[in-house]
Amino acid sequence: MAIRVFLTLLLFLSSAILSFSLYEDQAGLTDWHQRYIGKVKHAVFHTQKTGRKRVIVSTEENVVASLDLRHGEIFWRHVLGTKDAIDGVGIALGKYVITLSSEGSALRAWNLPDGQMVWETSLHTAQHSKSLLSVPINLKVDKDYPIIVFGGGYLHAVSAIDGEVLWKKDFTAEGFEVQRVLQPPGSSIIYVLGFINSSEAVVYQIDSKIGEVVAQKSMVFPGGFSGEISSVSSDKVVVLDSTRSILVTIGFIDGGISFQKTPISDLVEDSGKAEILSALLSNMLAVKVNKRTLFVKVGGEGKLEVVDSLSDETAMSDSLPVADDQEAFASVHHEGSKIHLMVKLVNELDNVLLKETIQMDQHRGRVHKVFMNNYIRTDRSNGFRALIVMEDHSLLLLQQGAIVWSREEGLASVTDVTTAELPLGKDGVSVAKVEHTLFEWLKGHVLKLKGSLLLASPEDVVAIQELRVKSSGKNKLTRDHNGFRKLILALTRPGKLFALHTGDGRIVWSMLLKSPSNSQACERPNGISLYQWQVPHHHAMDENPSVLVVGKCGSDSSAPGVLSFVDVYTGKEISSSDIGHSVVQVMPLPFTDSTEQRLHLIADTVGHVHLYPKTSEALSIFQREFQNVYWYTVEADDGIIRGHVMKGSCSGETADEYCFTTRELWTVVFPSESEKIISTLTRKPNEVVHTQAKVNADQDLLYKYVSRNLLFVATVSPKGAGEIGSVTPEESSLVVYLIDTITGRILHRLSHQGCQGPVHAVFSENWVVYHYFNLRAHKYEVTVVEIYDQSRAENKNVWKLILGKHNLTAPITSYSRPEVFTKSQSYFFAQSVKTIAVTSTAKGITSKQLLIGTIGDQILALDKRFVDPRRTLNPSQAEKEEGIIPLTDTLPIIPQAYVTHSHKVEGLRGIVTAPSKLESTTHVFAYGVDLFYTRLAPSKTYDSLTDDFSYALLLITIVALVAAIYITWVLSEKKELSEKWR
Amino acid sequence: MAKLTLLFFLSFLIFSSSIAFQSDELLVDDDEFGLEGAKPRPTDLHTSSSSPQQQQQTPTIRRRYSDPTDLDSKVQFTLEHAFGDSDFSPAGTFSARLKTWSHGGKTLTKLRFSRNDFSAEEKDAFKNLLKGDDFYRIRLPSNVVSPPGREFVIASVRARCLPRDGLDEHFIIHMEGANILAVSYGSPGACQYPRQLKLPAKWSFNSHTILKSSEQAPRTPIFTEEILGSENVEGEVEPPPERSFWAKYWMYLIPLGLVVMNAVTQASNMAEEPAGGQAGGAQVQQAARRR
Repeated sequence: MAIRVFLTLLLFLSSAILSFSLYEDQAGLTDWHQRYIGKVKHAVFHTQKTGRKRVIVSTEENVVASLDLRHGEIFWRHVLGTKDAIDGVGIALGKYVITLSSEGSALRAWNLPDGQMVWETSLHTAQHSKSLLSVPINLKVDKDYPIIVFGGGYLHAVSAIDGEVLWKKDFTAEGFEVQRVLQPPGSSIIYVLGFINSSEAVVYQIDSKIGEVVAQKSMVFPGGFSGEISSVSSDKVVVLDSTRSILVTIGFIDGGISFQKTPISDLVEDSGKAEILSALLSNMLAVKVNKRTLFVKVGGEGKLEVVDSLSDETAMSDSLPVADDQEAFASVHHEGSKIHLMVKLVNELDNVLLKETIQMDQHRGRVHKVFMNNYIRTDRSNGFRALIVMEDHSLLLLQQGAIVWSREEGLASVTDVTTAELPLGKDGVSVAKVEHTLFEWLKGHVLKLKGSLLLASPEDVVAIQELRVKSSGKNKLTRDHNGFRKLILALTRPGKLFALHTGDGRIVWSMLLKSPSNSQACERPNGISLYQWQVPHHHAMDENPSVLVVGKCGSDSSAPGVLSFVDVYTGKEISSSDIGHSVVQVMPLPFTDSTEQRLHLIADTVGHVHLYPKTSEALSIFQREFQNVYWYTVEADDGIIRGHVMKGSCSGETADEYCFTTRELWTVVFPSESEKIISTLTRKPNEVVHTQAKVNADQDLLYKYVSRNLLFVATVSPKGAGEIGSVTPEESSLVVYLIDTITGRILHRLSHQGCQGPVHAVFSENWVVYHYFNLRAHKYEVTVVEIYDQSRAENKNVWKLILGKHNLTAPITSYSRPEVFTKSQSYFFAQSVKTIAVTSTAKGITSKQLLIGTIGDQILALDKRFVDPRRTLNPSQAEKEEGIIPLTDTLPIIPQAYVTHSHKVEGLRGIVTAPSKLESTTHVFAYGVDLFYTRLAPSKTYDSLTDDFSYALLLITIVALVAAIYITWVLSEKKELSEKWR
Repeated sequence: MAKLTLLFFLSFLIFSSSIAFQSDELLVDDDEFGLEGAKPRPTDLHTSSSSPQQQQQTPTIRRRYSDPTDLDSKVQFTLEHAFGDSDFSPAGTFSARLKTWSHGGKTLTKLRFSRNDFSAEEKDAFKNLLKGDDFYRIRLPSNVVSPPGREFVIASVRARCLPRDGLDEHFIIHMEGANILAVSYGSPGACQYPRQLKLPAKWSFNSHTILKSSEQAPRTPIFTEEILGSENVEGEVEPPPERSFWAKYWMYLIPLGLVVMNAVTQASNMAEEPAGGQAGGAQVQQAARRR
């Protein structure tokens, strides 16, 4: 028997494998993968040596990468963890990339050519503080100067060769915060400047070899410092005082500390709050006062003198030594649609070494950062190249007045994704123009035929593969019959909207959100979320579809919101508006007006609800359904969920007729001492459910409880809200709820003792699958809950259905007492999970797959059949025929079931699925630092022929058959005739 | 297995006793901990009070459990109601026994409910609600020991859902220790949509109350080879029931039948065909003669 069970299991598994996996030569046919790094924070060039010119960058997505300076490609890249933010990056010994991360507690060295980790040192830190990395710039490799690291109250000196900690100094007691470490070249004495309590400046002279304090000087500055600092030379720094109106030059080299105060008002008339720009310039600092950038020269005695000022908002690079002890720096400023790059000598600001004007795309915004590098031109003069980071996080290399390459790094921080249809193909375009010529088409098919008959030579195989990747019209910008070509609209954190083509992932258009009022307070709103605003349907076919982008000015929750409507076909902003109230929640309503614009409700912090679009037609539609509009809010911090209903117009307070007040209908109050909300989830509003009922093996019917108003809530004990393993199983429990959001009824409540979050869940049709950690079993678990409707269970009788004595067509109201029951089952799951999604198809007929984003940044497709509460240890024959898999305690992880096959979606954050027109197929888009797209067919493409179906073979067979029929007919005619003549 | 039987036996006892006594009170079973390893079941408490007049009589004191660790204390909390947007006012009282377990947990048992009758103004207010299809709202404290606790737990229902003969209401109070998480409130059965305006014949409440605490998830079963192996010991599982001949081979029989039928018709046609053939032959002969 065991053998039989095993065999059937094997059979199931093998069939599962067949349906998941793809062949090697199918990789890249329907899927694409794009690698990004994120917004660059630091950049270090490595161009001294001949050979590959590269730039080492660290980014806000915690990526350290080496980029090819010629083409912008990634040589190597490492994505550190989400909590492992990079504080500094440098190159040591000319061959190691040094990164400091996690607030100065992790120091790593990576091999420059290939990115292998050479050593890793974890440094002891005691408190939170800003961290500082100082890598000695020594051109002589034989002398080992240590790397000086400050972080968490400790100063460490680390050997660059093997990462060994040479010495450490404890500054935790006095609260000393290191601001600058100066390593004068050629001496082993380092100067460590820092502040105690932001008011006392202390300079330590430390022997960098042994870590001994040679001298210590301190001086109290009565006003206190603001913390902004600029080191101008090896013996002077300039700081701002706490009122931001006085610049203080601190000189510290010859045995003592000296302060020299210069009020900003002495330098410039219209004084205001000053800000020291972070650029490192020699003997000069850049100060920003009243939106003007001042270049202040620091004289020998600490005398400050304004030498230049720029009125525009200007980005500057650090200064860079060029020939003859001179230093140069680059500055970039905007003028209309152009940017001007200027490289000047620090000492002679009038001496402009380079002035270039480059046409720049308006949708990149302003220049945020400039990193400069010099090279020797073919005519032996100095050449400069600049790496600039734009407001939309894109990274560009400028050289010789042109953009050499650009990378759209905004796509590394996608916040919301939706899909849109492409425009219909125009009738006028002839097929031959877009498609291949007939000859090419035939040639392709002959090649395919050769391939399938195993006659192809290696060159042919390559040609076939190429053909497949560029398969006919996959990348066209028109809608196709199967709905495979679509636009993926991705909203990024800097507020840029991208439209990506599903065929090859190229950017069709992009658009940077603009503030409609152009006010100074909100120059650039950041994007929050994306909604389908207008999806043209049967009436209103002429309209272009559009999306609604909801943005916000500032990070505050009560910051005013901005709405922007974007045409999907063209990428142009149709209109945008400053809505004048905050945005807490955006609720698409199930109503559309005559132009197919969807009605949306936006809730603000005051508790009012605003209706959009603001048209009288929308208002009349809304008034009709006024009684039946409910909404809910989740106050995760307080542990309260509230349900609301519309009450009336808020005409009493404002004259706005599109503003409505609400009143509270129900509350669910979780006891604060035992439960804390960690996850809430609803069904996707546009999900399609095909079958309302499920047929059991014993010909019994189960009606799914398919409600759009179900909310899944998971709570844990407050103690268990921390990291996994921080509590004992007795202290932590996990409770999950299914709550009806109209009446606040709890339909299902299940507590898991000794379990802990984080909870990742997916909600579809009538089931929820959630993933959590079981502390008792020391394993991750996955539980499935299916909810069924009992009130319709009587409708099994055929006669009742025929005679119409059923309640299937009766309207369902939430005020009826729900007669539901749930089934649930738990399984162990071997992996930690980042996110879970589920496939969605056009009609909901195709069976579903769970898409599990694993900790390894891959996506695992798991059949829903594996998480079916009706699984039993020993299913009967009938159940097996139905497709029920024998119960196992662990969900299988089949290596072939990774839809990302060999790729990794680094920093995976979300998976979005969208149906295609072909019922069997679904689009899957995963985003994180990388982007990945593929098409999945959870039950195989049962409704279409595969791409590699050989039409040529079919054609040839038919032709051959017809020929054979004709020949045999002629032959038989002849034979008959001769018989007759006989 | 024995424990399970015991559980069934216990529940049977409770069931039968409640029939015998014909009491409105539900005995609280002492095995609320659930038996170790037994299938967990929801601890639901039902009380129903048919008429408020009856409720206001002093409840008969029943035999107490002679449990030394029994640290029961009586608690009372009020139900408040509001008509539409009006303020909340007291509408009834829940009284229950709070049981403190030796491990510190608390459970509410022996819940009773006495509903106040509507006053004349309240009746008018309720009628207005019925006319406007507005909400009748109730609230309970979120903590029964120190009401109102953190916040009130509110529930609402469209007023038109309540009237039948009298006013039927149904509470499901979700408890966690001494805390009330949520209350589901509504009519005991269906609420027809569209809601019809219907005034109650009797202005008295017919209340049903259920106390619900959280259900324990079953432990994820761990089975390895043992279980698969134990099946081996059990021997062959009975073979699937023999299906009838027709059920087994219908897919072969139908084409066969078709073939046979086809053959039969062919044969009958064949019989006629020679005649036709001769006729054709005659025509040719005729044509030949004409030439």
